[in-house]
Amino acid sequence: MKMDIDRIAALARIKLKAEEKEKLAADLGNILSYVEKLSSLDTENVPPTSHVLAIENVFRKDVQTPQRIIEEVLAKAPEREGDFFKVPKVVEGS
Amino acid sequence: MPQGSLTIKGLREEIRKDRSAIRSACRLLSERIKTVDSKVRAYAAFDDARFEAEVERLTEEKDPSVTGKPLFGVPISLKDNLCVRGWETTCASRILKGYVPPYDATVIQKLRANGAIIFGKCNMDEFAFGSSTESSCYGPTANPWDLSRVPGGSSGGSAACVAADEAIAALGSDTGGSIRQPASLCGVVGVKPTYGRVSRYGLIAFGSSLDQIGPLAKTVEDAAILTNVISGHDPKDSTSANAAVPDFTRACVPDVKGLRVGLPKEYFVAGLDREVETAVRNAAEKLASMGAVVTDISLPHTEYAVAVYYIVAVAEASSNLGRFDGVQYGYRHPANQLLDMYFETRDHGFGSEAKRRILLGTFVLSAGYYDAYYLKGQKVRTLIKRDFDHAFKQVDVILTPVSPTPAFKIGERTQDPLAMYLSDIFTIPMNLAGIPAISVPCGFSKGNLPIGVQFAAKHFDEETMFRAAYAFEQGTDFHKRKPEL
Amino acid sequence: MSAEYESVIGLEVHVQLKTKSKLFCGCPAEFGAEPNSNTCPVCLGLPGSLPVLNEQAFLYGIQIALALNCRVAGRLKFDRKNYFYPDLPKAYQISQYDQPLSSGGHLLVEMKEGQKKIGITRAHMEEDAGKLLHEGRAGSVVDYNRAGVPLMEIVSEPDIRTPDEAYAYLTALKAVLQYVGVSDCDMEKGSLRCDANVSIRPKGETRLGTKVEIKNLNSFSAVKRALQYEIARQIDAAEKGETIFQETRLWNDERALTLTMRSKEEAHDYRYFPEPDLVPFTVSSDWVEDLREDLPELPAARKERFVKDYGLSEYDASVLIQDKDLGNFFEECVTAGAPPKRASNLIQSELLGMLYERGETFHAMKTTAAGIAGLIRLVENGTISGRSAKDVLADMLETAKPAEDIVREKGLTQVSDETVIAEAAKKVIAANPKPVEDYKNGKEKSFAFLVGQVMRETKGKANPALANKVLKELLG
Repeated sequence: MKMDIDRIAALARIKLKAEEKEKLAADLGNILSYVEKLSSLDTENVPPTSHVLAIENVFRKDVQTPQRIIEEVLAKAPEREGDFFKVPKVVEGS
Repeated sequence: MPQGSLTIKGLREEIRKDRSAIRSACRLLSERIKTVDSKVRAYAAFDDARFEAEVERLTEEKDPSVTGKPLFGVPISLKDNLCVRGWETTCASRILKGYVPPYDATVIQKLRANGAIIFGKCNMDEFAFGSSTESSCYGPTANPWDLSRVPGGSSGGSAACVAADEAIAALGSDTGGSIRQPASLCGVVGVKPTYGRVSRYGLIAFGSSLDQIGPLAKTVEDAAILTNVISGHDPKDSTSANAAVPDFTRACVPDVKGLRVGLPKEYFVAGLDREVETAVRNAAEKLASMGAVVTDISLPHTEYAVAVYYIVAVAEASSNLGRFDGVQYGYRHPANQLLDMYFETRDHGFGSEAKRRILLGTFVLSAGYYDAYYLKGQKVRTLIKRDFDHAFKQVDVILTPVSPTPAFKIGERTQDPLAMYLSDIFTIPMNLAGIPAISVPCGFSKGNLPIGVQFAAKHFDEETMFRAAYAFEQGTDFHKRKPEL
Repeated sequence: MSAEYESVIGLEVHVQLKTKSKLFCGCPAEFGAEPNSNTCPVCLGLPGSLPVLNEQAFLYGIQIALALNCRVAGRLKFDRKNYFYPDLPKAYQISQYDQPLSSGGHLLVEMKEGQKKIGITRAHMEEDAGKLLHEGRAGSVVDYNRAGVPLMEIVSEPDIRTPDEAYAYLTALKAVLQYVGVSDCDMEKGSLRCDANVSIRPKGETRLGTKVEIKNLNSFSAVKRALQYEIARQIDAAEKGETIFQETRLWNDERALTLTMRSKEEAHDYRYFPEPDLVPFTVSSDWVEDLREDLPELPAARKERFVKDYGLSEYDASVLIQDKDLGNFFEECVTAGAPPKRASNLIQSELLGMLYERGETFHAMKTTAAGIAGLIRLVENGTISGRSAKDVLADMLETAKPAEDIVREKGLTQVSDETVIAEAAKKVIAANPKPVEDYKNGKEKSFAFLVGQVMRETKGKANPALANKVLKELLG
């Protein structure tokens, strides 16, 4: 299985340098070939496992438990403007 | 005054006799770190100033309900993926440099509530992606038994600092063997509890359906003490089990008479180092000699476990790591527009193994491939889990190797990701099934490298796991040997 | 719309549930707090934090599903929808993909042509994102107070054919949500939001045309206007032989047009997968039935009851039930003694119009249901005429005084003294020889004119029935 590494890298928001891309594409190709072994198993009537424990219906009550941590977070933020987090301009097309 | 190699149990005795043992134990460890950590590099961050006030407070503590706590005055080191309020927590990644969590992980709260001192933060593979602690932004940790070799990973720093007497015990996390494999390679005890036994709240996630926090310690009993403390239902973690937590130290009895032990034939195959195989088979014989009933069993889907793992774990990881985007915390690469900020931050912030796994995970979830990869992986996961369900109808505990080989050379597998992934071939199935497993020292190679044996039990049956491990440990001397540094 | 084309419309409505805390953490789910003040590690998506589902939000979600006639799933789960945007702190939204809370519902909407059934594909639960505020050239800022607020997403079938139907659907949907009582439904505060999907096709065609999604619709009337514009644009494009692209367009209310919005994720590949941090949920049929029993009366049932119990017309009933509080107000008037039909007429033909002109709502007006009932009683017992009632009502809205006081102060009490009316009638007959003549020659209309003149002469206070009788007698 070959993957379109440029498309995947764009989806994952990772820029790849040209030299890095070649090596990664080869590695990922090897891994995908290895993973290919699963296709030999018949799993038509096997349900998928998302959780190993049979826990269900875990809720919390609708109670307010305010936490005053925002100043700790903003103080270490890459960029803040007052009580907001600041990010570079969202450019049309991005 | 404590000296030499300290255990939790030993230090508790010393503190009971003389409260000043808290300070002298911390000082002893601190001295040891100053002497040997330039070689081992087990710590990502260590600073005496961090715990001095705590040492002071505990030394003066009068309340017997506090001084009677199981970890009263005991320093515990942590893998750098556990959040401690006010301590930089980086997962050994550039992208989290400067991130200071505003909250404590549930296990940190439990450690503190039980009198422990949060001591230092241990090195690890970046985001726990690896089996060698080489992918850390702090550089690799060395194996205390042979400094040219890896300590295993991803909790390599936690294992190495315990092995090198730079810590009494430590916490790590295990997604596919990240506690047990380094424990095996460093000659210490490592436990991955049942999925859901220990709250994941405050553990920076890798593979959310696989991750468990667990102890690395010098003895099975110490590991049981730590497991006692960190276990239990947490309303902040929906996947945390509301199951009673027995006192695991009471399971530490040297008695395996009648215990049914299974040896899965699929774990003794090509690729398994001869010395490892011999040590592990000897361990089975040792148990048999102590009255256990050892039988051969089959876990037929074992060979698919690594493939399933590298779909499921990376898929979850690719999503879990999306939040590292430079918006709120950690590293941000300067950029004039948003999209550039994302791409540059994640390019410069993540190491190559992190990128590899994020890309792989993104791919297996992407449109057109989900069914062939992710869904298929989840279905085969069911088959692997069923193998164990079936096996545990015949036996009480499953005995296997932990790592196919003893510690390998630093740099040996970094160019071959698949070879690295196969380091976890015997530990991954337990994560996929969610069952508890422990690694205990069971021998040494001719090159004097530690070898570990794994005992796995069924969901929430850590007691049987501890019983087998403790009996075996008490019947052998491997855990008493120390690396020379 | 051009005669050869028909439009196919589907609406996606997001409604915020009015829980005390957010969907997955204990932060207050309130509107209007200081930026980022209602946040914690969970809703900021800080590494290591984990979600736990708000039970009340879940119950509200089921009640909405039931009110929309949906099937509630016996087993459901949450999924992660992965995409990057600064307002999405985890880079995924916890939503529901292939096992939603509910599906297969419908809503009945009132059109002039009659009732129409609009299908509801699904109604599922998800968390809201934060708010990204664009601040000119320097950059944008983010407020995560809204991040993690519980939402229900309600997706209609493409059963809607006209902008008017879309408007009626939204009105009916809002009424249902209000009746269930689980949301403010305030579009200005963003607690109700709507996106529209619209395509056109030649009449008679059964396949769907290329779908365009319209966002930034800030009111029901904006939805209607945007759809009118977009349908015209698509028909125009089709007639010119141009291609209609599948895209997302933004409604610009000021300029009254839709504009292409660049996609925020180039390929819209959200990589949904089951949320491993939340467990699955099962909902037993007993549980569903208990929740169904807890539902308050819904608009459709109330309308039926108004027709049956109060003898109102279908149309009058449908106007009164549209707004839960208006329906309540009407019923309070009835309880206070007003005959239902009179109360309905007064509310619909006088009160609502007057309030509209005054720029007020009946929530904030100066009179009460008891006051309205009092006014109707004065008409009923002949104290004032229907015409005076209108003036009295206007005064009531202005001064908050009871109807009796206004009638007394202004001397509006109806005159039922025949001699007084006869006096006035004689004057009218003397002053209007032509109409009198006409009437006598058989022109009935002139009689109505003369009655009107008598009313005028008595400043509207004459009992109209008496005026009729007296005038007839005098004209022989």
